[in-house]
Amino acid sequence: MSHVHESSAGASNRVKALVAAFEAANVFTERELDAAVEAFLASAQPANGALLVARAWVDGAFRARLLADGNAAAAELGIDLARWAPVKLRVVANEPGRHNLIVCTLCSCYPLALLGPSPSWYKSNAYRSRAVRDPRSVLAEFGTTLSDDTEITVWDSTAEVRYMVLPQRPAGTENASEEELRALVTRNGMIGTALV
Amino acid sequence: MFSVGDRVRTRLRNPAGHTRLPRYLVGRSGRIDTVLGTLPFSDRRAAGVRSAKETAYTVRFAAEDVFGGDADPRGSICADLFESYLEASE
Repeated sequence: MSHVHESSAGASNRVKALVAAFEAANVFTERELDAAVEAFLASAQPANGALLVARAWVDGAFRARLLADGNAAAAELGIDLARWAPVKLRVVANEPGRHNLIVCTLCSCYPLALLGPSPSWYKSNAYRSRAVRDPRSVLAEFGTTLSDDTEITVWDSTAEVRYMVLPQRPAGTENASEEELRALVTRNGMIGTALV
Repeated sequence: MFSVGDRVRTRLRNPAGHTRLPRYLVGRSGRIDTVLGTLPFSDRRAAGVRSAKETAYTVRFAAEDVFGGDADPRGSICADLFESYLEASE
């Protein structure tokens, strides 16, 4: 079924009923759930993705490891991707003439641990249906115009793999420090709707 | 089992329950991009079989093979699909 968004009151009542059922079954308490959500939001930040991207820009060997095994490379920098759910990270690199875009057409799968909670447009029916059918127009609406000969690959996250785009390092940043590079990396750049 | 580079076609199927094969990729031809190994098999797990696992692959489809001649000739779509969704294709 497509997502038919019910009223927030309806959703909120269902969440309350679900939490009450978990409490009654002694699985967890509402207080424990709140603490877990808080811990998750504190650790799941776009800064994590930026850390990986900037390191890959300055360290070619790390870049190769990141593209080969995202989970292991993230672990090198202290990021445990399997902490919340057993997902595999695949990082896909933009290159001259090659662009990548991430979507989840079935629901809203997203590399939460690296990018934080997803933006509402990422979960919209419009983005999810149009990103696969006409990515070039979608990108243009984000202000990202690619040359006609650019090969675009759209990654539809249909199973347990979570995707992140490794943007190209911007021109003119040869002398920038890794910390300065981190500040240039944007969330949309790591989804692929923007260049960096 | 399929290997990287194999041509595959997604089976024509419209199950009543949960599936991770998007309808827009039903009956389409593509090529194995990556062998992902054994993953939790969502279709069976949604039906209550908590331990269900199946081999999965990243499959690359040319945009034209999915959306027809007015699609971007240089575009492609990659999706992560379970073995039972796929059959060999020449």
